[in-house]
Amino acid sequence: MSGKMGKIVEWIDYRLPIFSFLKHLGEYRTPKNLSYMWSFGSIAGIALVIQIITGLFLAMHYSPNADKAFQSVEYIMRNVNYGWLIRYIHAVGASMFFVAVYAHIARGMYYGSYKSPREMVWFMGIFIFLLMMATAFMGYVLPWGQMSFWGATVITSLFSAIPVIGETIVQWLWGGFAVGDATLNRFFVLHYLFPFVIVAVVIIHIIALHIHGSNNPTGVEVKTKKDTVPFHPYYTIKDFVGFGAFFLIFAYFVFYQPNYLGHPDNYIEANPMVTPEHIVPEWYFLPFYAMLRAIPDKLGGVMTMLASILILFLLPWLDSSKVKSGRYRPVFKVCFWIFIGNVMLLGYIGGKPPEGIYVILGQFSTFYYFTHFLLILPLLGKYEKTLEIPKSISDDYAK
Amino acid sequence: MQNKIFKAIYVTILAAVSNLAMASSQLPPKQIEWSFDGIFGYFDKTAIQRGFKVYKEVCQTCHSLKYTSYLDLKKIGFSKDEIKAIASESQVDAAPNEEEVVKKRPAEITDMFVPAYPNEQAARSANNGALPPDLSLIVKARPDGANYLYSILTGYSNHPHANVVIDPGMYYNPYFANQQIAMPPPLSQGLVTYDNNESPSIEQMSKDLVHFLHWTAEPEMEARKLMGIKVLLYLIAFTAIFYIAKKRIWKNVK
Repeated sequence: MSGKMGKIVEWIDYRLPIFSFLKHLGEYRTPKNLSYMWSFGSIAGIALVIQIITGLFLAMHYSPNADKAFQSVEYIMRNVNYGWLIRYIHAVGASMFFVAVYAHIARGMYYGSYKSPREMVWFMGIFIFLLMMATAFMGYVLPWGQMSFWGATVITSLFSAIPVIGETIVQWLWGGFAVGDATLNRFFVLHYLFPFVIVAVVIIHIIALHIHGSNNPTGVEVKTKKDTVPFHPYYTIKDFVGFGAFFLIFAYFVFYQPNYLGHPDNYIEANPMVTPEHIVPEWYFLPFYAMLRAIPDKLGGVMTMLASILILFLLPWLDSSKVKSGRYRPVFKVCFWIFIGNVMLLGYIGGKPPEGIYVILGQFSTFYYFTHFLLILPLLGKYEKTLEIPKSISDDYAK
Repeated sequence: MQNKIFKAIYVTILAAVSNLAMASSQLPPKQIEWSFDGIFGYFDKTAIQRGFKVYKEVCQTCHSLKYTSYLDLKKIGFSKDEIKAIASESQVDAAPNEEEVVKKRPAEITDMFVPAYPNEQAARSANNGALPPDLSLIVKARPDGANYLYSILTGYSNHPHANVVIDPGMYYNPYFANQQIAMPPPLSQGLVTYDNNESPSIEQMSKDLVHFLHWTAEPEMEARKLMGIKVLLYLIAFTAIFYIAKKRIWKNVK
């Protein structure tokens, strides 16, 4: 760029480097061997944008009032133009967002993406996950159905397990002495606010990522320019293939199984006088719900559930193996899949009534969850015989 | 197709669960093939109209339908005059007059279906303490709702399972929780007169009613499924084109 235009660009960029930023986007290079598993980051991003846009339009018609909320949702479903479409996209979208994020987290765990120098990327990711959980939980309360109400009652009551100040905290959360109108109102406000906080943390997540760039299936760092391709067009186009596949599944649920991932009880208006037979959270919380119930003591259960997520912060140190990628770790690979299977088992148990075999199974599964992090990973780091890792990404790619 | 797979899984799980559980929990619902099932599911308007007749003559005595308006009946093939006549059979509160007296007026087409009872207390007191639920969303508010509803309606029997003790004022129905229900058997052979050749058997009336209540639960279903086909076709093409483009762009990366 030259002449007047170039001068203006220079003037602006000296003060606010937006042009340098655009240049970075255009030149950003990525390992050339990323599989489709690396699409889930962008997919999760798109899912977030879809939630924000559909949520905006829902908020235009929704009424956060205990007497009107359920009715206003039915109004959206029946009388707002394409209201059913917007609401079903939003409801199914929450599940799809979690699908993408769980795949994204699992990919990170398998390929050791949390290891040096990407610990901060991993930490920001955990914050996003925690924020998502809070947002999704509050969102599920808004339709003010039976599961909304009782789910809110059960989960907010967990805070009463905190010694001394627990009861006070719960009343402060509720804005009263039970889940009610005040609770619904504040959950609506926070449900609208949190996604923007998520956007902010996502930006930090991406800034941190762009410092050292993406990990890759070999876990070997980029050595020369030959190891990389420009993000655009190579990964923009590849991500679009991923978007297509993701949207296909998304659309199938929106148009043909819109309520499959929800609970039928949520089509019954909230009634504080009638407790549902089984109170179950949404499917994406079930593994954590199972760990909560595995411990017979309330405070112990809450601490266990909290620890199950917070332990992820320690992962970069618990996994002490010098080899990053699970591809070259024969024993880790097996343990990883057992871990995934165990989380799914926890999810299954979380959806079952806490009686009989499910209690013991839940306790065993919870115990194994922590064993994986606290025992298996450190031992593997020490004793596992790893396979030979390729010299460079290009070396591996040529094969 | 996918629907059938979901159903098969669901029935298997339900059956497994009911085997585990005590004898007093309910049976899995009977599985019926409905016109609204599957990707090409559609509303059978004549069945819905017959179902409306059953609702109007039988269910409406106790069950409200508060999210459906009389005008909605236009979408299942009733004419404006017919709807006007149907609406005017019910009375609603008029606006207060100059002396602040609230009088009754016949319902108009823009009114919502007029409930049988003014409030929950009235409903309970008229029904032995039980509350007849609103039916607008009932198909969505129960697992496998359409089949469940059909099973309840056709599942009454005078010969309870040996293990089931029927409480006073309750009726044996193995498809309801604890195998007993407060609702007396609502249908009997020939209870409603059908205009056409369809015979008003309990099974036929139940099916028609389920068609009607499925429509009140998700009136958007036909539009949704039709749009779904277009969206899926578009997305298949979208994905395929981007896949080909991706192959071309990556061809030279060695």
